[in-house]
Amino acid sequence: MLAAQLILDQGIHVEGINFYTGFCVEGHTHAIRKKDRNKAKRNDALWVAEQLGIKLHIIDVIEEYKAVLLNPKHGYGANMNPCLDCKCFMVKKAQEWMAENDFDFIITGEVLGQRPMSQRRDTMQIVVRDTDPHERLLRPLCAQRLTETVPETEGWVDRKRLLGLTGRSRKPQIKLAENYGFNDYSQPAGGCCFLTDKAYSSKLIDMWTARNDRNYELDDIMLLKVGRHLRPKPHFKLIVGREEGENRFLEGYRKQFTYLRPTSHAGALALLDGTAQNKDEIELAARLCARFSQGKQAAIVSIAVKELGKEEYTLDVSPLKANDIPEDWYL
Amino acid sequence: MNRETFDLKGLICPLPVIRTQNKIKTLNSGDILVVLCSDPGALHDIPAWCRIHGHEIIDSQNKEGEITLTIKVVH
Repeated sequence: MLAAQLILDQGIHVEGINFYTGFCVEGHTHAIRKKDRNKAKRNDALWVAEQLGIKLHIIDVIEEYKAVLLNPKHGYGANMNPCLDCKCFMVKKAQEWMAENDFDFIITGEVLGQRPMSQRRDTMQIVVRDTDPHERLLRPLCAQRLTETVPETEGWVDRKRLLGLTGRSRKPQIKLAENYGFNDYSQPAGGCCFLTDKAYSSKLIDMWTARNDRNYELDDIMLLKVGRHLRPKPHFKLIVGREEGENRFLEGYRKQFTYLRPTSHAGALALLDGTAQNKDEIELAARLCARFSQGKQAAIVSIAVKELGKEEYTLDVSPLKANDIPEDWYL
Repeated sequence: MNRETFDLKGLICPLPVIRTQNKIKTLNSGDILVVLCSDPGALHDIPAWCRIHGHEIIDSQNKEGEITLTIKVVH
């Protein structure tokens, strides 16, 4: 937002690009969880574009992003976040868009030293080396601390009116935002990507391990964001809705999964991801489903079971007790 | 002027916005696009996208979670 405003201040036409990888935190969350429905129902990128009065183009990179996540040349961060490769990928995509749409250069909101992996001087230089042979990548917030780029040497932008911010503190940016009158802005700090989240990364690794395959589809990575995930067997796990919004979301997957639902008591829908190999394993899933229903203290709970390709039937089961569920079943 | 209905039910944001954006690129000025969605986020995001690109939201309805947005394309 600030980088764009600095360039707009120089009378330069700016348009925004937002890449959707499937791992973006916002967007889906207010759509799914009821508890999040009091939060502002907005896409931050669209909101910022509207505040700045610029166009925004949202680009679906879900398929192409798989290669970035599965084989990051520069490795992962603390979790499954391939930040440096991600940055290189997005700059390359932005350059393609720039060429197709007759723009002259790219700006990003990076600040030297702000982030431990992707915004160090050496890693920022790697992004330039790997993606920007024509020096069209300008970082307005810290440009005065970096080598001049073509937009500066050609005089398209006035380097003196760019900034030389550095370090982890965001106070200078907050001050700048105040000066511009921006009193509402997003503060991503890594929180805009599920891959930086430890719990999410753990569920992603579990999914790959269980399938013995690291490939994924959009539905796979969306489902990792929703519900309680419990794996009682290596070959199946249960995804149990935690509230009404998640149940509604999970219901959209009933045709793709075996699912279970309490009928004698109120309770959550549970999807069975994988294959239960016999009646005992279906019963185990039903007892788990019953555990997360209003009937968890009851002697018997009726669970409707709908296996793929079969008629629905009902199992009457005793709910598992809290102590019956090993800690390591929770993903 | 053409009128087209685009069913995006089941998709969650920002995919309805992306699909609407890409669809509108293929339409002519004055065409009407009726977008059907189920994600409540689309009620905010698609109109926001339309405002910044200059397209007009002619009608917006939310009936028990079935969202219908009617857009007049302006290129």
